[in-house]
Amino acid sequence: MEQKTKIDAEEGRQELVITRKFDLPLELVFKAFADPEIIEQWMGTKVIKLESKKHGSYQFETTDPKGNVHRFSGVIHAFIPNQKITRTFEMENTPFGVQLEVTEFEKLSEDTSKITTHSIYESVAQRDQMLRLPFTQGINWAHNRLQEILSKLK
Amino acid sequence: MNLRRDVFQAIADPTRRAILLLVASQSLTAGAIASNFDTARPTVSKHLQILTECELIKQEQNGREIYYHLNPKKMKEIADFIEPFRKMWDDRFNKLETIMKKYKSK
Repeated sequence: MEQKTKIDAEEGRQELVITRKFDLPLELVFKAFADPEIIEQWMGTKVIKLESKKHGSYQFETTDPKGNVHRFSGVIHAFIPNQKITRTFEMENTPFGVQLEVTEFEKLSEDTSKITTHSIYESVAQRDQMLRLPFTQGINWAHNRLQEILSKLK
Repeated sequence: MNLRRDVFQAIADPTRRAILLLVASQSLTAGAIASNFDTARPTVSKHLQILTECELIKQEQNGREIYYHLNPKKMKEIADFIEPFRKMWDDRFNKLETIMKKYKSK
């Protein structure tokens, strides 16, 4: 079966591409990237600030199981409804630098759509470190939450 | 410097990736592998040496010939390296899908 979420990270390059097909109309997928309350639910972060417009900026915050607070922030360069979001992304107080993220939204049919996120890192080493991060964290928090939800459904 | 033993360094080279694809389907001798490339035989030998050193391929003596075959365990290590990251995003996006399906039916 084809994977719904794909990561394309060519060796020796400082970028990666994430693609995902959704069984949702384009407008609903875009809304999930624009509405702070919805972002909080699926990203599992607190949205401190989100100005979805050119020259806008955002700040997200997560608390890990040990109670440590992590901040993510960036600046929005393009916000074109149902088409494209271009922004920078930074995990504050980490050595991972700043990434440029270009997410394009594409309609496949009335009820299906696709997003493609192109992330560019400062260096190959930074990208590879970032890719290894979920390893370092062990089972990641998002996964834990998903498990919780799934177990409730059973 | 011992970069050579890094599997990621090993698969960074297109010829080495092509060799991995070749030996993935069947065990081959160095000569049979080299016949698939325009590069000089010693160059292919060097690639085979690097791939062997980082255990992506394994040698097997069969009579007088040495055959090379893929080491699936090591290949899986490479695939696994990116899998947790993919899984993290897959989980997030699955969640997005669930949330928005409910949102739609509201």
